[in-house]
Amino acid sequence: MLDHRNFVIDVQGGGSTAGIQAIMNNTVSIGMSSRDLDDKEKMLNTITICHDGIAIIVNPQNPVRSLTLQQIRDIFSGKIRDWKELGGIDREVDAVTREEGSGTRSAFEELVMKGKAIDDSIMVQDSNGSVKEVVATDPYAMGYISLGLVDQKVRSVIVDDVAPSIKNIKTGRYKIVRPFLYVTNGELDPYAKEFVNFVLSKDGQNILIKEGLVSLYD
Amino acid sequence: MIEKSLFKERLVKWVLVLFALSSLLFLFLIFMFIFSEGLPLFLKVGLFKIIGGSKWAPTKGFFGIFPMIISSFLVTFGALVIGAPMGLSCAIYLSEYSGKKMKMFLKPALELLAGIPSVVYGFLGVIYIVPLVRDYLGGSGFSLLSTSIILGVMILPTIISITFDSLVSVPRTYREGSLAMGATKWQTIYKVILPSAKSGILASFILGMGRAIGETMAVIMIAGNALKIPGSILDPLRTLTGNIALELSYASGDHRLGLFSTGVVLMVIIMLLNYVANFGIKRKIAK
Repeated sequence: MLDHRNFVIDVQGGGSTAGIQAIMNNTVSIGMSSRDLDDKEKMLNTITICHDGIAIIVNPQNPVRSLTLQQIRDIFSGKIRDWKELGGIDREVDAVTREEGSGTRSAFEELVMKGKAIDDSIMVQDSNGSVKEVVATDPYAMGYISLGLVDQKVRSVIVDDVAPSIKNIKTGRYKIVRPFLYVTNGELDPYAKEFVNFVLSKDGQNILIKEGLVSLYD
Repeated sequence: MIEKSLFKERLVKWVLVLFALSSLLFLFLIFMFIFSEGLPLFLKVGLFKIIGGSKWAPTKGFFGIFPMIISSFLVTFGALVIGAPMGLSCAIYLSEYSGKKMKMFLKPALELLAGIPSVVYGFLGVIYIVPLVRDYLGGSGFSLLSTSIILGVMILPTIISITFDSLVSVPRTYREGSLAMGATKWQTIYKVILPSAKSGILASFILGMGRAIGETMAVIMIAGNALKIPGSILDPLRTLTGNIALELSYASGDHRLGLFSTGVVLMVIIMLLNYVANFGIKRKIAK
């Protein structure tokens, strides 16, 4: 393994759109995104570094353990409003979505909603963390977050009879999966290239696995 | 000697003027910035489609913020319903009934209340108010009611301090005259003191409204941020400030401009409120 001790990398947060915007303006060497490029961004290049499942989460006290993709779509489009229709108790579903522009939301819209709009009565939180917090404290809530962030405070539901797990994502059975991308503009400078090579190497991928993400290799 | 000290006097004066004007300059810059970023979208999409439109989906070309304008006013009104009676009572007690010792204890406590950061209020709301509302009244707890309660407490210091000042500034002779006519203390308060302090009290409510409508952090944490106009006090809602803070980090292009347009609307509302409040205060002083 190469020693990368002398490497200094500046990392900035702000979300997928901010990442893509930054590389478009050439203010960074590599932009990061958790959603695919849209038509206006197609001149950029992407490198997939790993995959991430989106888990549909409920409170651990919730008796509902399994849902179909259609049911999830109906909840977020406002068609189903009660847990009773999903085999739970007679109580409204407190669904939580992410804010407009979020990479997780646009992946959810593409993979789950499939063109159907998310209803205006659905609550909105501005990070994976606060969605998880709402679901962890409200026994009637439902939301979606990155699979790597699911812990014992919330429970992920089985979707179309497939549990969200690394294994099921690798075999392609769990469908709500999005790529994590490095976005580049033109030729990479040598240092950036070395960094990308490290991320794609076994050592780099092991770090991603430790964070709960799905590596490119087996 | 005299010339030298005169020069010093003048120098101090001009330095002070310079700094005094710089605060005005900041206001002007903020103004310029918000309007130059926010106005283009009004021209592009149309004023009515933004402030009258009911659908907000900026990545799909819908920029309607009408529900948020309504929601902002709803929480502000809710905050007033909860904060105004409490604040008014507290101010009356402080100025008319409390002894010196009580005043010495209450006043600093109220100042402390004003100094608590809004994220702390939001946190308390999420931990205590939201679950209480959810368990005893229903809904998700992230609601108009929870937000109004927290904002009602947050505007208390504003209402109390301005109302207190205007009650104290009612001339002593008014009280003495009323008491001499045989009126009781409470009769004096609600027949003489409150009417003569009326404009100051109204100004305190309006400034409290300004504080409530501009509050952001606590609101995002407890309002639920759903885009629909709430149908009941237990429904979630999204305010103008919440909209900006929620989405700014991810926004680009027209989406970003849409958020600045939201800022323009918010700024106009707050300017109107301040104008009305100042008008109220000026009338009091003119008297």
